Amino acid sequence: MAEPMGFFTDTTVCIGCKACEVACKEWNQLPSTNGGANTLSGQSYDNTRQLDGIHWRHVRFIEQFDADRHDGRWLMMSDVCKHCAHASDACNGCRDCIGACPFGVIDINPVSGTAQKCTLCYDRMQVGLTPACAKACPTESIKFGPLEELRRKARGRVAQLHERGHTAAYLYGDDEKILGGLNSFYLLEDKPEVYGLPADPKMPSRNLFPASMFSGLGALMVGLVGLLSFRQRRMDAVAGRDNV
Amino acid sequence: MRLGRGAATTFPRNLVESDCIVIEGSNMAECHPVAFRWVMQAKLKGAKVIHVDPRFTRTSAMADIHAPIRAGSDIAFLGGLIRYAIEHEKYFREYVVNYTNAATLVREDFKDTEDLKGVFSGLMDYTGDPLNGFVGQYNPETWQYQREADGAAPAPAPAGGSFESLVRANLKPAPVRDPTLQHPRTVFQILKRHFSRYTPAMVERVTGCPKETFLKVAEAVTANSGPDKTTAFCYAVGWTQHTYGPQVISCCALLQLLLGNVGRPGGGVLALRGHATIQGSTDVPTLYHSIHGYMGAPSILKKHETLADYLKAETPATSYWANMPKFMVSYLKSMYGAAATRDNDFGYAWHPRISGDHSHMPMMIAMADGKVKGMFAMGQNPAVGGQNARLQRRALSKLDWLVVKDNFETETAAFWYNSPEVKGGELRTEDIRTEVFFFPSAQVGESDGSFTNTQRLIQWHHKAADPPGDCRSDIWFTYHLGKRLKKLYAPSTLPRDEGVKALTWDYDRDTPPADSRIKDEPDARKILKEINGYDTATGAHLPNFAALKDDGSTTAASWIYCGVFPAPDQNRAASQNPDPPGGVGTHLGWGYSWPANRRIMYNRASARPDGKPWSERKKYVWWDGQKQEWTGYDIPDFPVKKAPSAPARADGIGLDAHSGTDPFIMKADGKGWLFAPAGLIDGPLPTHYEPIESPVQNPLYKQQASPVLKYWKREDNQLAAVGDSRYPHVLTTYRLTEHHLTGVMSRWLPWLAELQPELFVELSPELAEPKGINNLDWVRISTPRGSTRARALVTRRMRPLTINGETVHRR
Repeated sequence: MAEPMGFFTDTTVCIGCKACEVACKEWNQLPSTNGGANTLSGQSYDNTRQLDGIHWRHVRFIEQFDADRHDGRWLMMSDVCKHCAHASDACNGCRDCIGACPFGVIDINPVSGTAQKCTLCYDRMQVGLTPACAKACPTESIKFGPLEELRRKARGRVAQLHERGHTAAYLYGDDEKILGGLNSFYLLEDKPEVYGLPADPKMPSRNLFPASMFSGLGALMVGLVGLLSFRQRRMDAVAGRDNV
Repeated sequence: MRLGRGAATTFPRNLVESDCIVIEGSNMAECHPVAFRWVMQAKLKGAKVIHVDPRFTRTSAMADIHAPIRAGSDIAFLGGLIRYAIEHEKYFREYVVNYTNAATLVREDFKDTEDLKGVFSGLMDYTGDPLNGFVGQYNPETWQYQREADGAAPAPAPAGGSFESLVRANLKPAPVRDPTLQHPRTVFQILKRHFSRYTPAMVERVTGCPKETFLKVAEAVTANSGPDKTTAFCYAVGWTQHTYGPQVISCCALLQLLLGNVGRPGGGVLALRGHATIQGSTDVPTLYHSIHGYMGAPSILKKHETLADYLKAETPATSYWANMPKFMVSYLKSMYGAAATRDNDFGYAWHPRISGDHSHMPMMIAMADGKVKGMFAMGQNPAVGGQNARLQRRALSKLDWLVVKDNFETETAAFWYNSPEVKGGELRTEDIRTEVFFFPSAQVGESDGSFTNTQRLIQWHHKAADPPGDCRSDIWFTYHLGKRLKKLYAPSTLPRDEGVKALTWDYDRDTPPADSRIKDEPDARKILKEINGYDTATGAHLPNFAALKDDGSTTAASWIYCGVFPAPDQNRAASQNPDPPGGVGTHLGWGYSWPANRRIMYNRASARPDGKPWSERKKYVWWDGQKQEWTGYDIPDFPVKKAPSAPARADGIGLDAHSGTDPFIMKADGKGWLFAPAGLIDGPLPTHYEPIESPVQNPLYKQQASPVLKYWKREDNQLAAVGDSRYPHVLTTYRLTEHHLTGVMSRWLPWLAELQPELFVELSPELAEPKGINNLDWVRISTPRGSTRARALVTRRMRPLTINGETVHRR
């Protein structure tokens, strides 16, 4: 089996140019917001607003400035599907994925009418090409490659940043702690929530086992009640017969 | 002007070698994101990145230090750095003494801004044509070097024959030097006095940058300059588009010379060009004041009557420019072909001569006055991008005809029905008599041709597909226009039409292309051959500009490009042979960089005077004692066989007048100019003047604005007076990554338009709140010349600055 591949996004070198968004749309021929008549969001330089069926890459802009501007930074991060290690890869068009995705990555593409998200440029990968976003990134903020190699690079980068005094830098999703591992993981400098990422995401399927237990229990109860009622009827019948 | 060539001294890839990168007058991450890759790689290696800019932009977000300054105060900031380097003795003394004119003495009658309250000696009223716009002018005579003795009267130029004696007659006695730099009239001492008042406290007063931040920058820049370290400066139109733009850039060059950062890896002054092949458009120029290869345009305002007059007036006897007769004669041979002979001055008299300032603004002013009848707009959109665009749109309505050739119908093409003036009722479509022709343009991938990018690199692009419909390439349009004009002029017997009739205009393909439906596309390779030059007898391509002759036996449309196409099968612009991974990164096999494929200019300065590298770490070009030649990672920008010990010859012309330690081969004295005795019309040293519209009085000098700036005073071109309470804010216009220039190439593309869908104005909460402006509100922005509406983007990335004790808001 081929090595597992994925993305490592180093947000500390993202310059917010959005080349990834455009390259993604161009390669995958995704439509633009509202047929091209978008409006200003007023939220920093983010006007595409979210990941959804027509935005498979999305650059977030987070402005953090003190009132006196003594401390200030402008964080940028190119977000994408997390490619959860334990996600189902079969689609039968039921759209349940939209509500189920813990990162809110998936939505309907209004042109195709189907639920869509990043495919890691599967068609490009088939012929040995890098996904369009990683190829377009001028600063190599988005890296694509074998996961083990990416993790090694990412940990080296965190160590380098710590050495230079950027001690807040850490990796998000590089190990099993988040949903058993993400095949698209990030280097962040602030809490996940600041970047719109859940600190401790949960799969809806985590409830499957307890839910199934409840269902089993319910079934048991129904069965029991049924049994009891049958028994009652029989007893009544027996009693009736006796009464007859 | 201080270094010798009008181009970036280095290349973006080389920023990886920098220990410190200062970006000022540029929003590099947003406007040059691909070149910014190298800044980020340098940062990953540990380089310090500094952004000096009015706004906190995506570039600032990547920088280690963001130094906020008020727009237009760059010279005060750079001047502060110069003073800091001198006062703390942190300049690179050995470099400065040997490679710059620091030791040269200036004439006794020179007076500095320190002596004359902010102006230099030689200031006069402007007496020329008002259309040129000058408010004053300098006579630069007192700015000259003091020379050994008054030169003997130059020998008269001989009639005809070689031009060498004509050049020799321009030889001047050597300038007086004091290598101890102690003489009060040395350039170094003048410099020290000139910048003495640019203290950190004054920098804070003028620019608004907190003193502590300024000092952090000063420490980083000086600590990262010297034999073992280098600092690079990157700039763009944030510097060039001021009334004193050239002075800002020359101030930076001055600082970089002081710090010894020119001609060395990881150093330099990197001009970031904002448009594809904008470098090319000044090399083979669309400029009015220079002809191909940066020779001055023949002018009726100078003694340029004959070719000999022109060459005598324009050719310095020393420096590589002493070869100008070869460049000029080869240029004229390229223009007029066989019709250009020694007997008719190689057709010099046919060449157009300028009569003043024919640049964009005076042209539009003349147009507004009905003096210009027609205009071609190709790759330009003045209705949106021009300063005082209202004046420019109104000027367009005075034209008889306007040709717009573009990919989309631009606002310039649509001004007659779609401009704010028409929509607002100020102009009526039925009153506009301008006939507008719109020609759809082919895209880059639809024709062969070349680009010259920010690093002087000429790169070929191959046609990938036919353009649709009637779309045609720029060379198709220009070539066929020229052919039709020549046909119209052919019957003329007027002497003034001889030039058009004699013009070489022969770029038809030998065989029509089989794979294209456009059979009459000209042959771009023939045009490249014309630019490169060839032997007029055999037609053989010339190998390099050393092969040019002044006898009419060679041609070269632009001598600096000579060598790009040295043989019919060697189009070096199309060369794509990169260095293998782990190489030194000069990639000499990729494209062709003028001059002579050199990547870092003045690279002789990367070695010590004795020819050895300044340090192992900064090794680049050095003298190989065994082979007795210069060698290294780049093509030496120096005579390859000239030893470091070679003396200058007092009677020598050209490079013979330079010694083996003079790296600036285009300058008359071979030195980098800390002080510019010639070439800058607005002063030999940079001086902080306020922008022509400013909220404050100049805190540094009594002189408020440049005494020689250009301003066209008229009803429709009004300025706000200093401190006018109706216009209290400093407004900066800028580009975003998501859009290109006036947006002609990006606003029509939905994938780009959705990223930045509307015009907005960024303002700080401190400015917005008292005015009751909320985020996304519509606001009106007004100047004395016009107004527009935009959405408010209220952000703490913008901040008020304290200038001269007062709060000044920017947006």
